[in-house]
Amino acid sequence: MNVLAAIGRVFLGFLQYTGRLTVFTGVAVSHCLRPPIYLRLIARQMLEIGYFSLPVVGLTAIFTGMVLALQSHTGFARFSAEGAVATVVVISMTRELGPVLAGLMVAGRIGAAMAAEIGTMRVTEQVDALETLSTNPYKYLVAPRIIAGLLMLPCLVLVADIIGVFGGFLVGTYQLGYNPATYIHSSWEYLKPIDVISGLIKASVFGFIISLLGCYNGYNSRGGAQGVGQATTNAVVSASILILTSNYILTALFFNK
Amino acid sequence: MTTPKIQLIDVHKSFGPKTVLDGITADIAPAESFVIIGGSGTGKSVTLKCILGLMRPERGSIKVDGEEVVGMRARDRERMLEKFGMLFQGSALFDSLQVWENVAFGLIQGRRMDRRMARDKAMEKLSQVGLGPDVGDLWPAELSGGMQKRVALARAIATEPEIIFFDEPTTGLDPIMADVINNLIVKCVKELGATAVSITHDMHSARKISDRMAMLYRGKLIWVGPTAEVDRADNAYVDQFIHGRAEGPIQMEIRR
Ligand SMILES: Nc1ncnc2c1ncn2[C@@H]1O[C@H](COP(=O)(O)OP(=O)(O)OP(=O)(O)O)[C@@H](O)[C@H]1O
Ligand SMILES: [Mg+2]
Repeated sequence: MNVLAAIGRVFLGFLQYTGRLTVFTGVAVSHCLRPPIYLRLIARQMLEIGYFSLPVVGLTAIFTGMVLALQSHTGFARFSAEGAVATVVVISMTRELGPVLAGLMVAGRIGAAMAAEIGTMRVTEQVDALETLSTNPYKYLVAPRIIAGLLMLPCLVLVADIIGVFGGFLVGTYQLGYNPATYIHSSWEYLKPIDVISGLIKASVFGFIISLLGCYNGYNSRGGAQGVGQATTNAVVSASILILTSNYILTALFFNK
Repeated sequence: MTTPKIQLIDVHKSFGPKTVLDGITADIAPAESFVIIGGSGTGKSVTLKCILGLMRPERGSIKVDGEEVVGMRARDRERMLEKFGMLFQGSALFDSLQVWENVAFGLIQGRRMDRRMARDKAMEKLSQVGLGPDVGDLWPAELSGGMQKRVALARAIATEPEIIFFDEPTTGLDPIMADVINNLIVKCVKELGATAVSITHDMHSARKISDRMAMLYRGKLIWVGPTAEVDRADNAYVDQFIHGRAEGPIQMEIRR
């Protein structure tokens, strides 16, 4: 009996979480679309999300590209298909690894920061103070972050794609001895616009998820420093899980015809 | 009779099993200074938050200018809150903004005032709470507790709202500065015609700033009356509280 009760409780908790998150999303999105829009705040968040995440995302991308070239080379050598290495690197990078890895890294960096900042504002009553100063917290805190996440993640991922492919090129030409011209040629030859575009759309969705969950968890945090810590953890974990889930769904939508 | 500025009718609020407000009823007249006294943790701050709609009471009605605020739609509530200024007990300054921006926040965001003008106005309000212009460029984290409280007070009155709530305005201030703040609150009510609701533990301050007082105990307002009558209240609880005696009907939950 206890087991059933526990399962029921978890399930109800999950439904409650989903319901609350849905309502929050609705309100937040409606505030993104209605004026006033705080351009200064959006710009500040764009800087925070886009510019200051570049080192992390760049490093992730270059090593991913490098290891991808190395792995596919050793793998493909078994049935002498080494010629496909460049193509594999560029397609995996743009379709999957660029958006997913950048998304996960940014979730750790930005999602956590958002949850901590808004959470601290919540527990020190700064969010309440905003309301009493006739400023809607959704408009002032949540909307700029969501808009910035939506816009900046694709930019980051584009940079990650380029750096990642370049990392593959470095390993391919210097270590594995491919001809640079042939490598570049075969990178381009099989690359379709949809590969890049689907990755960028994914990135936008991930940016939305990261900001949304960062804000949601911060906004609903309770009970002092401990509550803020919990909110930060929840923001990163739930954003990461949702990124991976939605990545599968989006991939199925784009390529499963 | 004119409509009360704020009207509370049988307001109930509890957190889980714990009942905090158990049927609060009060009328606060326009341009009146109303002070709520009562022991720590009796729900004074919660009462103010219910009026502002930051917390939702389970039962009862709260009217501001005759308009029901419990369960109000978000947009109406935003408009309603423009009438209010609130000094939070813990100051609640925005730590990502400089002191002057904190004070000017309601002017810039709410009233859409030009930043340069808002800054001048903020500096003027800061001087009213005894803080020089150099403080305006500091960050909230660089201020002492008492200074933060005064900045928060300047922020609450910066937009010259119709209704101002002061949650423990003089706690943590030296006696002289406390009296400056008392005078400022009196001035807001007398000169600007604001309606003020204050919470304080400082009986000297309570007597000085209030027209009427109310005492909150066990979720109810057990005594409401003009300030002059508080000494003749003929209520053992009020008597014990205003004289600060440990012995009396209010038994603190301390193990002896
Ligand atoms: N967000 C909350 N969640 C749960 N309980 C709360 C919450 N806010 C207040 N309470 C409870 O409500 C009661 C009243 O709190 P409130 O802050 O109004 O006290 P107060 O009268 O202002 O006391 P003080 O003079 O110490 O500021 C407290 O016992 C507190 O435990
Ligand atoms: Mg209080």
